[in-house]
Amino acid sequence: MFTKAENIKMLMGFTSITLALTLSNAMAEDKDYQLELPAAPSGTATFVPPDEKDIPDNQFGEAVRYGMSLFNNTQQLRGKYVGNELNCSNCHLDSGRKADSAPLWGAFPMYPAYRSKNDHVNTIEERIQGCFTYSMNGTPPPSGSKELTALVTYHYWLSTGAPVGKALPGRGFPTLEKAKSEPSVSRGKNVYVENCAICHGADGQGTKVNGSYAFPPLWGKDSFNWGAGMHRVNTAADFIKANMPLGKPNSLTDQQAWDVAAFMNSHERPQDPRFKGKASETAETFHKHQCFYHKEVDGTLLGKGTK
Amino acid sequence: MELIKPMLMLKYKTTLLTMFMAFSHVAMGSDLGQTLATQGNSKGATACIACHGVDGAGMAAASFPRLAGINPAYMEKQLHDFTKATRNSAIMAPIASALSDEEIKAVAAYYSKLKLITPSAQAATDDTLMEVGKKLAEKGNWPNDIPACFTCHGAGANGIGDPFPALAGQHASYIEQQLQYWRSGQRNNDPNELMKGVAVRLSDAEIKAVSAYLASLTLTAN
Repeated sequence: MFTKAENIKMLMGFTSITLALTLSNAMAEDKDYQLELPAAPSGTATFVPPDEKDIPDNQFGEAVRYGMSLFNNTQQLRGKYVGNELNCSNCHLDSGRKADSAPLWGAFPMYPAYRSKNDHVNTIEERIQGCFTYSMNGTPPPSGSKELTALVTYHYWLSTGAPVGKALPGRGFPTLEKAKSEPSVSRGKNVYVENCAICHGADGQGTKVNGSYAFPPLWGKDSFNWGAGMHRVNTAADFIKANMPLGKPNSLTDQQAWDVAAFMNSHERPQDPRFKGKASETAETFHKHQCFYHKEVDGTLLGKGTK
Repeated sequence: MELIKPMLMLKYKTTLLTMFMAFSHVAMGSDLGQTLATQGNSKGATACIACHGVDGAGMAAASFPRLAGINPAYMEKQLHDFTKATRNSAIMAPIASALSDEEIKAVAAYYSKLKLITPSAQAATDDTLMEVGKKLAEKGNWPNDIPACFTCHGAGANGIGDPFPALAGQHASYIEQQLQYWRSGQRNNDPNELMKGVAVRLSDAEIKAVSAYLASLTLTAN
């Protein structure tokens, strides 16, 4: 039917297509460990978590209260599981209840879920453990521990009535449109001085009252580490736009949120726990996204980690 | 025998002199502030005590705020703001304008050291009102984007640094008045419009409730 020449041509063509497909599959296998979570569905958040006075007076209720207490004052676990000066409620506002501030009721019903961050299906336990490893720059509480069980119970109780597996409006942070102008650290500094420094300090080290932080540090050794989601410029911009300054949500322009996020995240912070000795490798595997890890800012290469 | 009397007198005078010097050394720092507070100055600043009370307790009925224990940097800013009219007050403007920078510093330092003796006047206690106020102070009203007062004004409303003054034990009438002013824009010297953002979202009932609750708190020494 075909000439020998045509046969050879077809075979070569077929082989190269196969090769190309195989190669592209292999490249797709290069994990992006920081793939975005799906954006929250649009629309007004209508979910209302139960009221504190509705916590029952029994062992279950005790676990809820303990979980809430740990959530609001995570410093109780300083030295045990927490390695910085933060509390969960610093970013998950209103004790993890506030829509658009990564409320717990938006996360809990979506687990177990595959997470590209660690490339397997995570239970909510493991998800919370991740918070301790990265955002709290600490050690994850073991599965079945009193602390982790209490936090899971608090998540569960706050989610009372939320449909399982269905993403609700108000989940996570609203996704900002891509910045019209490349996020600028120097512009962000001006935004910071005018809007943020009054609480978070001129040096980003927060404000202390009687030895404990009233307003949290945003960078440096006492803040979240390079592995935390918040170190990403887009994640921070999303959070800031919808929630900051405190009490004035959505008051910054999108560009201001992008710029100040870049400014905040262009400072040193504790090392990524996945660091194995070469920041370039950690960056290659885990930081192929919008962030300043192993990037140079004003002549300084970031990602060395604070001591 | 004749020597004893003059020697005793000398000892007595020396003791008196020493006591006087010790006392005046202590009093010297707050002397200017105390003088201003109790007598005013000769340039048009009336004595503070006339409205703010002998012990800095203020006057609830007239909504004159308690000043005892105030953060001195905060008070200095308010006095400067009255002078510049960035904070509006027909009463305070001429008084603040008549104070020099040094006098402002002195009188602020003086009041910061006063201990509140008389507790602040309480609004009529109404359990529901207090409960609403307590919730606002401790938890806020986040569905309406109102943070807890304590988040910025400190645990127990004892203040955080210079920008966020203590509210504990302040007169309910004064807090109410200021919240109304933030809301209407009559007062607008808040840093970054932080208070305006909160006040515009507060209802009249919430303003009454939170003022009553904050007034019931005790200012603890820093």
